[in-house]
Amino acid sequence: MSKSSSRRNFLRKTAALTGGALAAGGTARAAPLQIAPTTQEMGRPIEATAYGMPSKYEQHVRRRRTDVFVNRQNWSDWSMTPLQHQPGIITPNGLIFERHHGGTPDIDPRTHRLAIHGLVKQPLVFTMEDLARYPSVSRFHFHECSGNGLTDWLKPMSATVQQTHGLLSGVMWTGVPASTLLEEAGIDPRGKWVLFEGADGSAHARSVPMEKVLDDTLIVYAMNGEALRPENGYPVRVVIPGWEGNVSVKWLRRIKVGDQPWYLRSETARYTDPMPEGKWRKFSMVMECKSVITTPSGGQKLGKPGFHEVRGLAWSGAGKVRAVDVSFDGGKNWREAVLEEPIMDKCLTRFKIGWNWDGGPAVLMSRAVDSTGYVQPTVQDLQKTRAIVGFVQHHNAVQPWAVNQNGEVRNAIGQA
Amino acid sequence: MRSARHKLVLVVMTGALWGCAGMSGGPGMSAKTAEGIPLGKTAAHPVQPLPDKPRFGTPVSEADLAAWNIDIRTSDGQGLPAGRGSVAEGRSIYAAQCVACHGAEAKGGPLYPGAMVGGIGSMTKAPRILTPGSMYPYAPILFDYIRRTMPMDKPQTLSANEVYALSAYLLNLNGLVPASAVMDAEALRRVQMPNKDGFIVDDRPDSKAVRCMTNCK
Repeated sequence: MSKSSSRRNFLRKTAALTGGALAAGGTARAAPLQIAPTTQEMGRPIEATAYGMPSKYEQHVRRRRTDVFVNRQNWSDWSMTPLQHQPGIITPNGLIFERHHGGTPDIDPRTHRLAIHGLVKQPLVFTMEDLARYPSVSRFHFHECSGNGLTDWLKPMSATVQQTHGLLSGVMWTGVPASTLLEEAGIDPRGKWVLFEGADGSAHARSVPMEKVLDDTLIVYAMNGEALRPENGYPVRVVIPGWEGNVSVKWLRRIKVGDQPWYLRSETARYTDPMPEGKWRKFSMVMECKSVITTPSGGQKLGKPGFHEVRGLAWSGAGKVRAVDVSFDGGKNWREAVLEEPIMDKCLTRFKIGWNWDGGPAVLMSRAVDSTGYVQPTVQDLQKTRAIVGFVQHHNAVQPWAVNQNGEVRNAIGQA
Repeated sequence: MRSARHKLVLVVMTGALWGCAGMSGGPGMSAKTAEGIPLGKTAAHPVQPLPDKPRFGTPVSEADLAAWNIDIRTSDGQGLPAGRGSVAEGRSIYAAQCVACHGAEAKGGPLYPGAMVGGIGSMTKAPRILTPGSMYPYAPILFDYIRRTMPMDKPQTLSANEVYALSAYLLNLNGLVPASAVMDAEALRRVQMPNKDGFIVDDRPDSKAVRCMTNCK
């Protein structure tokens, strides 16, 4: 028997037996096990050199651009992380969400330079080799775009959690504390704000208060155990833990110390929040406590009534996740979920809770509480203080998923 | 040099202590900057103690950084370079370099359908029309952003005169300077933008959700 015909036979038998078992109901005996062809053949040899890739059966797990707000060009655009397929708190490097303002540059680390100047005693230039020599730190943090959820606010627009919440990733960053480099340059006592600027075609830049820069800001060259990916800032970027993603400037070429913010377009006309009476909230940079159920989530289908483990992610830019509650009846009653270790500062935290689905309609939602005592609000709560118009920023409201009697899960934001 | 460095470390540490003092209090983000911006500050991060800090940076002069030193502090125009450009010059540069994406008279084009004109007075209406004219609090943002990013396929290639001219043209289309206007550093920083007072400092947390567990609504 040839290899391919033996595989076909195996698949046919397995399919037939599985179908029979299902038809007989939940108590049916499992079919006799067949010998799989992979156990009777040699696998692929180890290649001389390689970069490992996911199984060919996992091709559906991919970053995607939004299908709600379709840009007519894809240089200033974004792609989203498939959170429904992320079982842990770390996002694989190939799945980390993207947001660029002028496309991804390919920067040669041998010629790249990082400069520090402005209100410092001695302006300095660093090569990548210089940066690699400093004492290094690695930290785990969530990374979230200020616009995560921008299409789904008062009514459902997106089908899946990738589309509603996928401007979110979890990363272990490795680099040098920004304070190490700034202290070497010597901060002028008048220096209260720091400008970070990229070497890409958008030269994206933001003003960040000195307190935050000296607190926990990192200049990083590695993510999840390897060099930064080009789309995530190779060869060097800033990481400003817990703050909106765009202040963590990628492809970093310049750090300038000043005594005031710069009020660039990226911190006035963009990344500000519409408020009542025509106002805009500026420098709203902390990503507040938030959570979302990733299993089951929009577009998925529950198999059978009975036990289901409901799983999700929670995070806070103001500290650690202290608790997550889950409701199965649209927010009337809640049960506390189990948090999975490790629970780290400004980092994704896994939660899970068992649920016996009775086969009827249900509305699932999660609500996180952080170490400051802040409780994740609903859309209706946020509506009381914010003017919900145009591009929504810093949307951290509770996400409801509605389950119907067929087990189909759909987005119910603003409805429940 | 050494004593100066020690002083600096002291300044940094004192700052960290102040930050911690501001951490007590209710839910949300109580540690704030002098401007009132929430920091989301938590515990201090340990830094590896070293007998003598490594110094691997190479000194450079501000003059040798000039090609990269493109930021404008837009509230007062600090950093605006020498040069000048008129509305008329801006109109012809726009026709050559900008119209393909942004459309005639900045009303929106095939790649960027959003208009860059109009919207002044719309902030209290629905929808708010967001353009440089209606949204930017300071006119030098035009100079900083155009020079930094445009044209998208050839950013940072326009001369200072060309950027001043395009700034003048866009301000004129928005009715903020006359057709005869010529923009330079002084003229640009003097332009009054209608949304100058439209911004408030982050005042979150702005929700008062409570952790109700049973019969919540």
